[in-house]
Amino acid sequence: MRRVAAQARAEVTMTLRRGESVLLALGIPVLLLVFFSLVDVVPTGTEDRVDFLAPGILALAVMSTAMVALGIATGFERQYLVLKRLGSTPLRRGELLAAKTLAVVAVEAVQVAVLVPVALTLGWRAHGSAPLALAAVALATVGFAGLGMLMAGTLRAEVTLAAANGLYLVLLLLGGMVVPVTRLPGALRAVARALPAAALSDALHGALAASASVPGRSWAVLAAWALAAPVAAAFTFRWE
Amino acid sequence: MAAIEVRDLVVSYGDTTAIGGISFSGQAGEVLTLLGPNGAGKTTTVETLEGYRRPTAGQVRVLGLDPVGDRRSLMPKIGVMLQRGGIYPSMGPYEALRLFAAYYDHPEDADVLLARVHLQDVARTPWRRLSGGEQQRLSLALALVGRPKVAFLDEPTAGVDPEGRMAIRQVVRELRDAGACVVLTTHELEEAERLADDIVILDRGHVVARGTPSQLMSSGGGDEIRFGAPPAMDCKALAVAVGAAVIEERSGEYVVEAAATPAMVAAVTAWLAEHDLPLADLRAGRQTLEDVFLRLTGQPGAAAAERRAPNRGRREVGR
Repeated sequence: MRRVAAQARAEVTMTLRRGESVLLALGIPVLLLVFFSLVDVVPTGTEDRVDFLAPGILALAVMSTAMVALGIATGFERQYLVLKRLGSTPLRRGELLAAKTLAVVAVEAVQVAVLVPVALTLGWRAHGSAPLALAAVALATVGFAGLGMLMAGTLRAEVTLAAANGLYLVLLLLGGMVVPVTRLPGALRAVARALPAAALSDALHGALAASASVPGRSWAVLAAWALAAPVAAAFTFRWE
Repeated sequence: MAAIEVRDLVVSYGDTTAIGGISFSGQAGEVLTLLGPNGAGKTTTVETLEGYRRPTAGQVRVLGLDPVGDRRSLMPKIGVMLQRGGIYPSMGPYEALRLFAAYYDHPEDADVLLARVHLQDVARTPWRRLSGGEQQRLSLALALVGRPKVAFLDEPTAGVDPEGRMAIRQVVRELRDAGACVVLTTHELEEAERLADDIVILDRGHVVARGTPSQLMSSGGGDEIRFGAPPAMDCKALAVAVGAAVIEERSGEYVVEAAATPAMVAAVTAWLAEHDLPLADLRAGRQTLEDVFLRLTGQPGAAAAERRAPNRGRREVGR
C-alpha cells in the first residue's frame, strides 16, 4: 500500500505539473462548456444548451484523462526507460497499474469538482442518478485507459502523442459530446455509436436526465471496450 | 555463497548470439568489472543478472536467487543503474530519491544520498535540466536507495566530468567496503584499473580473460622493454647491438625481450641515438591493462588515446 500510495501521489503531481495536461484536463473542457453554452452555434436539441453540453463535456473530461493524458505520459515513460527502471525496484507491475488508476480517478474527481459548478452556474439543471453516472464513468475509464495503454505500449512516444490527440479530436466530434450523435449522417452515426465516446456521452445524458435511464446499447458498448482494450494492451505492451 | 553467479550463460536474440556461454562469479565486498569493447555483451550480461532478460541457456543467480523467477524476493536487495535514462524527466533529485525510498522497507535517507553524490545544490532541478554528469550521479544514487547487497552499474562514469568520476568512484568504494558486491561495466581501461578488484574481459560474447588487475597485467608478459619509434626500423640490427630479441609488435611499437636493467635501457637508447631515430616513449617492466586488452580483443580501449599521453604511473622516457 505504501508503494502504491507514493506512486499514485507522484503520478498526480507530475500530471498537474504538466501545463498541457492541465489544459487538456480542465482548460479545454471548461472553455468548450462555457463557449457553446453561451453561443448558439451547436444544435443541441435541448431547451437549454447547457443541459446537453454538461454531460457531454463530463464525458470529454473522462476521455482526455483516461485515454489521452495516461497514454501520452506512459508512452514517454516507456521511451525514457522509466518503466524499465521501475522493473528492477520492489514496485510490482500490478502496483504501478493500481497507482496509475488511482491517479486517473483523482484527476477525474478534480475535473468533476470544477466542471459541475461551472455547468450549474451556466444554468444546468442537474437531476437523474449519480450512481448510474459513476458506473458509466468507471466502465468508460477502464476502456479509455486500455486504449491509452495500447498506444503507449506499442508506439513510439511521439507517435502516441500524435495518435492520442488525433483520436481525441475524432472522438470529440463523433462522441456526442458537443454535437449530438443524431445530427451525424447515417453511416457515420452507426460508426459513432460503436465507439466508447458516444456510448459514454449517451450513458451520461441518460443517467443525468430526469428519467435517469441508460440505454442498454450504451452499457454493452462500454463493457465491450472495457474488456477488449485492456486485454489488447496487456498482450501487446512492451515495457522497454 | 557467491553474491552473483553466471554459469554457462548463453543469450541469443533471434539468430544473433550475444553471449556465447560464459561463466564467472562475484563475491560480497568486491568490485567486479566487466570490461570489453562496445558490443562485447556487457550490458546483455548485466541485464540478465537484473532479470530483464532470460538466459537462452545456462543460468544466473544473484544472492542465490533466480532474477526472473524470484523477482519479488530479489528486487529489494539489488540496486540498478541503467546505462541511460530511467528517471522521470520532470522530477528533481530530491523528489526522485523520496519516491524510490517509498519502494523499499529500510531505505537510505534522501538527504544523505544527495550529499554522497554531491547533488545538494541541484536537489530540486528537474532531471531534464541536469548536466549529463549530474544525471549519472542521480542514477547512481537511486541505485543505492534500497541499501543493496548487489549493485549493478552499467557504464557509471560514461560522459561524466573528472570531478564527477571521482565522486562516483568514492561511492563505489564505500559500497564495496560496506560489504556489497558491485558489478560494473566499462569500456574504459582506466576505470577498470582504478576500481576493480576483479576483472572479466569480454569480447564478442565470450570471456577472454579473468583475474585481478595485477594478475592480468603480469600474465603473458615477462620482462620486456616497450617503446615507440618510427615504423619499419631495422629490428635485426638493434637485436644484434643489444644482444636480445626485438620485434615490431605493431607499426611503430617495438618490444625488446629482456629485463629492463639500466644497462639494457641505455643500450637501446644509445642505438637509437646513433641512428638518429626519435624515441616516442619507453616503458619497462610489466605490461599495462591496455596491452592485455589490446592483445586479447584486438581493439584499443576507449581511453587508449588519452593514455598514450605521459604520466601513466609507470616508468617512461618521453621526448
